[in-house]
Order: sequence, then structure tokens, then C-alpha cells
Amino acid sequence: MGFWITQSLNSLALGGLLFILSAGFSLIFGLMRIANLSHGAYFMLGAYVGLTLLQKGVNFWIAALAAGAAIAILGGLVERIVLRQLAGRTLSQVLATLGIAFIIADACLWIWSGDPIPLTGPASLRGAVPVLGTHFPLYRLGVIGIAAVIALALWLLVEKTRIGAMIRAGVDDLDMARAVGIPVKALFTAVFCLGSALAGLGGVIAGPILSVYPGLDADMLPLALVVVILGGVGSLGGAVLGSIVIGFIYTFGNALLPDLAYVILFLPMVIVLVARPRGLFGRIPT
Amino acid sequence: MRYASSIAALVALAALPFALGNEYYVNLASQVLIAAIFAMSLNLLVGYGGMTSLGHAAYLGVGAYATAWLTLRLGLGPLGAGAAALAITTLMAGFYGVLALRASGLGFLMITLALGQILWGLAYRWVGVTGGDNGLSGLARPAPLGIDITGARPFYFFALAVFAVAFALVALFVRSPFGASLQGARDQPRRMRALGYNVWMIRWITFVLAGFWGAVAGVLYVYYNNFISPHALSLTQSAEVLLMVIAGGAATLTGPVVGAALVVVMKNVVSAYVERWTLLLGVVFVLIVMFLPDGLVPGVQRLYSRWRTRP
Repeated sequence: MGFWITQSLNSLALGGLLFILSAGFSLIFGLMRIANLSHGAYFMLGAYVGLTLLQKGVNFWIAALAAGAAIAILGGLVERIVLRQLAGRTLSQVLATLGIAFIIADACLWIWSGDPIPLTGPASLRGAVPVLGTHFPLYRLGVIGIAAVIALALWLLVEKTRIGAMIRAGVDDLDMARAVGIPVKALFTAVFCLGSALAGLGGVIAGPILSVYPGLDADMLPLALVVVILGGVGSLGGAVLGSIVIGFIYTFGNALLPDLAYVILFLPMVIVLVARPRGLFGRIPT
Repeated sequence: MRYASSIAALVALAALPFALGNEYYVNLASQVLIAAIFAMSLNLLVGYGGMTSLGHAAYLGVGAYATAWLTLRLGLGPLGAGAAALAITTLMAGFYGVLALRASGLGFLMITLALGQILWGLAYRWVGVTGGDNGLSGLARPAPLGIDITGARPFYFFALAVFAVAFALVALFVRSPFGASLQGARDQPRRMRALGYNVWMIRWITFVLAGFWGAVAGVLYVYYNNFISPHALSLTQSAEVLLMVIAGGAATLTGPVVGAALVVVMKNVVSAYVERWTLLLGVVFVLIVMFLPDGLVPGVQRLYSRWRTRP
């Protein structure tokens, strides 16, 4: 029984991390119609920036926010300098983000060398707490809470604010949104910054659980893709559901069938593709 | 005229090892030929089919792994192992094609990427079969028709023969009525459907064919290296081959060959001095996409025709 409870909580914690990662990816894709292939690299770079700040003695939460802000600025620069030049050429934009992903990945290897380094979690969330007759690391419960708060905040932003209404309008019909005077270009930059910030923040929050290592980007990007293919592009609800499903499958797969865990991960994607190609909650055909 | 230039190019390629002399450069030329076959196979999808795949390493990798595994673990001869590897990979391409063609455009790109990562994960984690990170080694080069191709030069001629056949067949395919319908499905899918073409089937057949030629490159690859590791299935590999196609010029016959030569030579020259190949790959990718989106071959052709028609 303890095994099932522990692994279920682990699944939720991983699902939370995946949500922080893929929510930004999904928002960017939904609005800008770009699969941002540097999203995994932003996640890794965020973790490395957080690591350096932690080594300098910065508080964990401040380090996480600072890394998120740094990646947001980087994302904004990329959007303004590279992606905007290629406006209207979606495929070129996607390939440019792939090139940027390689640049970031190799630069990280250059700066932080090749060894996996675990980030030190915040002192306030150290240790384990009793949960339903078993013990569970407090930090992982904290991750579940943070992901829930971020999900709620994003939901409020998208559903209840003026900016959110603009984003939704853009996701549904970009040309019409432009025609009624929504500042689509500014919106693009804002959403790209927001998505990048979430990736950077997610990297630091994942640090104490996953560690940070070269190749983290290539490990995370397919997971974000799978979550988004599963849940549907541009849908927050889809990202929540996809993240939790993938979190459970990956965690239990690793515990029960370690050799094939990585492959089992993609099975739900295959099933959804065959049954409903636009994803469970998707409104846009990919 | 077209045949004359092809034959001249073939003669030049056949004379190349004698001009290069040094074994290192001959091996480099062999690598270019293998990469060129690989890039040509992807060009069928990306250039002529308008389907940008980021998982094409799957076919090179599976072709190579299957050849090595069948030879080392089942004791098959080179001909049997190679033929079986081509068959296995082509079958897999058929299955992957059904999944990937559920979407088009970016959805297609994301699905091919994810499907490619499955195989990478499998090669990396399924240690019992693939040897994990260590890969499979200990393969010996075969002796097709009794000719020993262990040396650098004989292997180059072997690769050149395969390359020439592949190039000719791909050229025939592209210029055939089917090739024309493929390009029609790329540019005007709705009109093609209205004309009664089965666009999905045209794309799927092309997908399978691209997988087959990718597997041919894979068999050559594993015999060139006598070794295969998960790197052959990595996203970097898929991105490299896509860069070859785009840098050289998608939807041209010679573009991928030029792109393959460019990328392979650049990679080897850079790797000899610094360890920063991935960084440079990324920079080149961004620069090509931003400033030379049509690729080198169409770009040069445009310059040339402008020069010829100058006042």
C-alpha cells in the first residue's frame, strides 16, 4: 500500500513539473502557432542559472524567480530579434528555435561542464512528513502545491483578465483578433516571455528532484511535446490532464518496467493521435 | 546534356580518392556519400513532399542497429542481415507513417520528433538488446561479390556505387508522374483531392520510401563505422540531416548532396580543433534559416542566371 501511495504522490510531483514546463509551451504554440523547440533548453538554462545563484548563497525562492526572470528576458530577446524577422514563415521560426536550443545546450555544457549537479532545495521544505501511513518528502508535496498555484494563476489570467481575453481571441482566430485592434505583436512578445519564464522557473523547481545535467533539455522537450499532443494545443486544461497522465505513466513505468518506461510514455500519445488527432481538449488542429 | 553532366560528375567522384591520396580524406568522402544518401531520403519528405520531419534519424538508426544486431546476435551473413534490416526499417516506416500523417505541418514535425525520441530512448535504455550507451560493436565490413572493402578506398567505391544507384532512382522517382503528384499534393492538396488523387496515400508511400532510403544509409553507416550507438538516433542527428537538406536546397536533386558535403566537412574540420560542434550547428542553423532559407543550390543558381542575363 505504501508503494502505491508514495508512487502516486511522486507521479503528481512529476506531473506538476511537467505542467510548469508544458503550460508555457502550449500557450506559445496556441497563440503564435510555433512549436518552441528551445523550450527544453530554457528549462535547463533556468536550472543552471538557479544553481549558480544558489552556490552564491541566494535564497532558493529568490533564485527560482530570478532564473525565471532571466529566461523571460532571453525569450523576449529571441522573439524580438529572431522570430519576428521570420514572421509568417512558421517552419523557419521553428527551425530557428531548434538552432537556438543547440546553442544554449552547448553553451551550458561549456560553462557548467558535464557532471549532473543536484540543486539544494529550500531549507523550509527539507525532510519528510507522514502521509497516509507512509513518509513522503516535503519538497515534493511543495512542488505539487506550487504547480497547483501556477495552474490557478494561469487560469485566472487567461479566463478572467483583459489580457487573457486577448490571448484567447488570438488562439481562436488570429486574423480576426488583429482586425479588431488587438495588439497582436505585443501580445506575442508577452506570451513568449511568460512561457519562457515558466520554463526557467520550472527548471529551478525541478532541480532538487531531477538535478541538472547536459541532456536535461533533450529529456524534457519530448515530454512537453507529448503532454501538448495529448492535451491539445493552447489548452490549459489539456496541459493539466496531459501532465498528470504522463507523470503517472512515467513514474509507475519506471518502478515496474524500468527498461521500457521511456517507451510506454509515448503510448498514450499514439492512442490519442489515432483516436483524436487534435488532442483531448484541443481546439486547433495541429 | 543532363546525362552528360551526371556521367561527368560520376567520373569525377570515382577519380576523387586518387586526387585526395590521404586515407583520412578518402574516409571523409565516404562519410559525405553516406550522409548524402541520408539527406536525399529526407529531401523526399521535406522538399518534394512538404513534410518537415525531425525524426529522420529513426531510419538510419534502426537500419544500422538491425544490421548489427542480426549479424552479431543471430549470426546472419551480411547480405541476409542487410536485406532483413532494410525490410524491418521499411515496415517500421510504414507504421510510423500512419501515425505521423494523422497531422500535417507542425503537428507532423512534433510527432516525428516524439516518435524518433521513442527509438532513442529504446536504444539507450534497453541494454539487453542494444547494449545501451555502449552500443553494439565488433561488426566487420562485408565482402560484396567477393570484393574486400575493408580498406578506405574500396569502401569509398562501394559507397559511391550505392550512392549512384540511389541518386539515379531518386531522380527517376521525382521526375515520374508519381513524383509530380507528390509535388502537387505539397502545393495544392485540396485541388489534388478534387482531381481524385489520394493525397494521404501519396504522402504515405513517400514516407515509406524515405524510410527505405534512410535505412540504406543506415546499413552503409554501420559498415563504415563497424559500430553503432544511441547517438545515431539522437535529435542532433535528425537536426543535422535536416540542416543538410535545407542548407543545400530542399526540393532540388543536388541540394542535399551539397548540404551533406558542407555539414560533414564542417563538422570534421571543427571537431579537429574545438569541441563545440553542437554550438556551431546551432549558429549555422539560425543563420541559414534567417538569411538563406532556400538553400545554397537555388541561391547560387539564381546568382548564376542573373549573371548570364546581365545587360
